Amino acid sequence: MTQLTDQQERTSKELVANTGNFQADAVFRLILRIAAVAVVSMLIWMALVVAGESLPSITKFGLGFLFDTNWDPNSDAFGGLSFVFGTLATAFIAMAFAVPVGLGIAIFLTEDFLPEQVLTPISFMVELLAAIPSVVYGLWGIFVMIPVLRPLEQGLSGGSSSGYSLFTAGVLLSIMVLPTVASISRDVLKSIPRSLRNASLALGATRWETIFRVMLPAGTSGIVGACVLALGRALGETMAVTMVIGNTAQIPNSPFAPGYTIAALLANEFGEASGGLHVSSLFFAGLLLFAVTLLINVLAEIFVRRVSLERQ
Amino acid sequence: MQTKKWTRRAFATLAALIALTSPIAIQAANALDLNGAGATFPEPLYTKWFFEYNKKNPNVKINYQAIGSGGGINQITKKTVDFGASDAAMTDEELSKAPSKILMLPMTAGAVVITYNVPGVSSALKFDRETLAKIYRGRIVKWNDPKIAKDNPGVKLPDQSISVVRRADGSGTSFIFTNHLSAISPEWKRDVGSGKTVKWPIGIGAKGNDGVAAQVQQTPGSIGYIEYAYALSNKLPVATLQNLEGKFVSPSVDSISAALEGTKYPENLRAFIADPDGAASYPIVGLTWLLVYEKMDDSAKAAELTKFIDWALTDGQQYAKPLQYAPLPASLVKLVKQSVSQVK
Repeated sequence: MTQLTDQQERTSKELVANTGNFQADAVFRLILRIAAVAVVSMLIWMALVVAGESLPSITKFGLGFLFDTNWDPNSDAFGGLSFVFGTLATAFIAMAFAVPVGLGIAIFLTEDFLPEQVLTPISFMVELLAAIPSVVYGLWGIFVMIPVLRPLEQGLSGGSSSGYSLFTAGVLLSIMVLPTVASISRDVLKSIPRSLRNASLALGATRWETIFRVMLPAGTSGIVGACVLALGRALGETMAVTMVIGNTAQIPNSPFAPGYTIAALLANEFGEASGGLHVSSLFFAGLLLFAVTLLINVLAEIFVRRVSLERQ
Repeated sequence: MQTKKWTRRAFATLAALIALTSPIAIQAANALDLNGAGATFPEPLYTKWFFEYNKKNPNVKINYQAIGSGGGINQITKKTVDFGASDAAMTDEELSKAPSKILMLPMTAGAVVITYNVPGVSSALKFDRETLAKIYRGRIVKWNDPKIAKDNPGVKLPDQSISVVRRADGSGTSFIFTNHLSAISPEWKRDVGSGKTVKWPIGIGAKGNDGVAAQVQQTPGSIGYIEYAYALSNKLPVATLQNLEGKFVSPSVDSISAALEGTKYPENLRAFIADPDGAASYPIVGLTWLLVYEKMDDSAKAAELTKFIDWALTDGQQYAKPLQYAPLPASLVKLVKQSVSQVK
């Protein structure tokens, strides 16, 4: 023990001398703890308020709310099925377009197809899509996208479509969530060690085999994370969707017919809702949106864990 | 050095700002603030009134948030504002939830008009009572339907589907419109009824007057209902409609005023003019109300608010017409003034 080096002795002395820093540490830890608790309790508080406000509707309609499409404030009859359906359907359409395209962009931007000077502006522009306010997307949807999509939708639906539809809303959403998918996936692919790719190429794999067999599987958890974030935005997007979806409470028989989402319903009816049951049913619909988002996040988490377990 | 200079400049600016704003701050402390919230429909006129009134009475500043009639009713019930505003007045149930008696004071009136986008049609279309209700019930689905053609001789109507556009958000405009449809069509009254949000039999929902207008302009073959003032300022085509006496009348401030003249007002002044009398009356009109407690908590505020309402009912009415709101008839102004005089 006499072998205690100078170095060690000095360190321990410094530690004793710097007790002030220990206090700073404790304060810092406390601040962090408060911040963490604040975030969590905010979420719980919101959930409790929404659940509390929807109580009259829950007791009146119960689970039947989930299986009823009738929404008639005049006769105090409320059912949320058409809104849940519309929310899931538009988000599904959005993801069906955004994931392949976004992933394609991410692969394109991380492979050396083009020189860096060209790639940087492209990735910057993709990210810029995220900076456009959603009301601008909505206006663009009404004045540009619908006139373009209308002939297509009318052709596919036998002439009955007005252009305001689940499909239109889904396509608009896919553009809105594209930067989320593309830029996070790009970062994920970029962060995969070069040695992995080089090893694959050294074993004789082609570029495509490397991308699909090595790069994408290695980035799965990050890419799924990107998709979940994008899905969250697609589920909750309000303004742009309500401007192009047609706001009709029904389960349409075609994707080219108007529908309604939970977020759009809340935006449209909350301000003028009078009568306790109407307001309460709107809260109930909000609670469902909460539940749907939570469920999807949990499923994604389980999926990511399973994939990384398999890898190990 | 650079930072020091910068800091000094920042301080100088700050000092100048404080020096500049302090007289205003002192003035604001003396002024009386009245806060209101509610209907979006009369907002342009209210804003004009508050601005003009403040010019004449710098000691009173009135703030108004156009959050919607439902929000206005909620806030006045909870007393978070000094006055509320609503296009649908208040129901008996809503009145009973308020802590004390609320007076409903009609301030101005407007109309709801039918706009459309029919390729090849440039003249004003006419719709009779039955046709209008049937279009909105989805019983008339083509523009060249004989029922439409009968009232529009000489107009070449296309063989195109009618695309019905309606409000998706709860609104006083929808309330006035569905109120009229309920009055002219027993089937509408039975199946749909009237309200700020109803279960529409058909149609595509758009958000706000601007949303309906944009959707109608963008969709060939569409028809929609919007506020008169909005249609006028955006130069949209408006339909001529048939009134109770069978006459076809186009919307104008005069034809709205005629509708107000022909109405009998109950003691609480809650009159929904669902289907006005009079040959010159435009059929779809509605009043909009201020909601004020008969006994206000703050007597100084009560005095200033009644002064303002008196002014709005007399001198203020001149600002209505340029903004396409109808001035109230003298008989109604008298009734409202009587009611306001009870505010303490």
